[in-house]
Amino acid sequence: MNRWSSLRRFLAHPWVLGLVGMATVLLIWLLTTASGTVDKLFLPSPQAVWQAGQSQWQSGGLVKDAVASIQRVFIGFALSAGLALPVGIAMGTNRTICRLLEPLMALIRYMPAPAFIPLLIIYFGLEELPKVLLIFIGTFFFNTLMIMDAVKFVPSELVETALTLGGRGLPILTRVVAPYIAPQVFDTYRINMASAWNLVIVAELVAATEGLGKRISLAQRFLRTDEIFVGLIVIGLVGLVIDLGFRFLMRKSCAWAT
Amino acid sequence: MHLQVSSVCKSFGYGPKAKQVLDSVSFDLHSGQFLALVGSSGSGKSTMMRLIAGLERPSSGEIRLDGELIRGPGADRGMVFQKYSLFPWLTAGQNVAFGMRLQGRPRAEVRERTAYFLEVVGLVESARLLPRELSGGMQQRVAIARSLAAEPKVLLLDEPFGALDLQIRESMQEFLHRLWLQTGLTALLITHDLEEALLLAQEVQIMAPRPGRIVRRVSADLDRSSLAHLRVSQPFLALREELASCLRSLDSSLTA
Repeated sequence: MNRWSSLRRFLAHPWVLGLVGMATVLLIWLLTTASGTVDKLFLPSPQAVWQAGQSQWQSGGLVKDAVASIQRVFIGFALSAGLALPVGIAMGTNRTICRLLEPLMALIRYMPAPAFIPLLIIYFGLEELPKVLLIFIGTFFFNTLMIMDAVKFVPSELVETALTLGGRGLPILTRVVAPYIAPQVFDTYRINMASAWNLVIVAELVAATEGLGKRISLAQRFLRTDEIFVGLIVIGLVGLVIDLGFRFLMRKSCAWAT
Repeated sequence: MHLQVSSVCKSFGYGPKAKQVLDSVSFDLHSGQFLALVGSSGSGKSTMMRLIAGLERPSSGEIRLDGELIRGPGADRGMVFQKYSLFPWLTAGQNVAFGMRLQGRPRAEVRERTAYFLEVVGLVESARLLPRELSGGMQQRVAIARSLAAEPKVLLLDEPFGALDLQIRESMQEFLHRLWLQTGLTALLITHDLEEALLLAQEVQIMAPRPGRIVRRVSADLDRSSLAHLRVSQPFLALREELASCLRSLDSSLTA
């Protein structure tokens, strides 16, 4: 029937089902809290969370904390991404460097980054540096090894073609390897950005004067579950925006690969 | 131009595991010549090509271009690979310009020559398309244009049409033949397709496998005014049958 087919077409839109999923969770949440069977302290209603969010927004504290967290993530991740690119390319192109560094990195990669927090606090105190370094430690080795893999999978035909066209050394790197791995590098950054975003919250939960993680741990102290919910939702939304940003950048700059 | 391959041997691996791929291969190629090396897989013909391109070094023997010993890859030996080797992020036009830009030629010259070689391969209208938007035959024509634009002394063609459908293959053979007449290029073709070799090359050399070596040289002085007629002409078919039985005998000596 016609109505069914138009409904099916509506559901086929890539975003619709995702929104349906989210709306369902919101609805269950709303009904559960409205029925009054759950203590408000355990599960605040969506309205209460919305109000808490509004008042935090208006006081300016939420924005200030979000900016503090985002700043840490960007500094830490920029260091990690910036250093991982040359090291990853060096490991991907040079067998000696690869054999020298790969076992070391593979080992450190399996040490959970949060386990470094006590050490970082002893070394660098409670200021910005240990938080930035935590993000660096937690993402650098993943970034490097994933970029190395991307470089290793550059088809030899492309490199050899460039060689027979008179290319050598640096031009091969900038004109063949770099453009070929660009989409994978973007994707690597996008994926590891998620762990950077996780780590900044962990660092702030442990010790911080501002930041979204700090906001949550403070709310816990006063049993403000509605404020914890606000914090969690904001963390999720900021992460999603960063993810979409990377996807957008990749579509813009590497149209050939999409 | 004079390409000189003298007593080239090539082995991979060391000690008892070493595998000899080429055994004392020698031949010459002069300006304007079209030479084909024909052999089954394992005859080392691709290795021979990579040695000339400078992508591998011979274990013994030497390869000289105009008296100069070949020590590595260079723009004087253009290579067209079997698998499409276009840079997927560059348009057809940018792919053709790639080698010239590496050579640091002036922009105006690069633009002019790119347009010229796109015209030669009949792809002016596709200049702005990405490789994935081109058919297999078009991609190989771009690859040939890219090699020629860099002005090589010799064009190395490694099974250039091996991945194409039969019909497209035939039209590409016509195309390459016209290109040869038109530009007077010097070409070395590697193929397992005897017909292709006889259609295009003035001289055909048969390679035997394990270890790869040249067992037979024939000059194919045929009337190439029409390849379609040539394909079914008596002298062509006779020569093809003769060489085909030679290739078969090489294979049966292996299985027997």
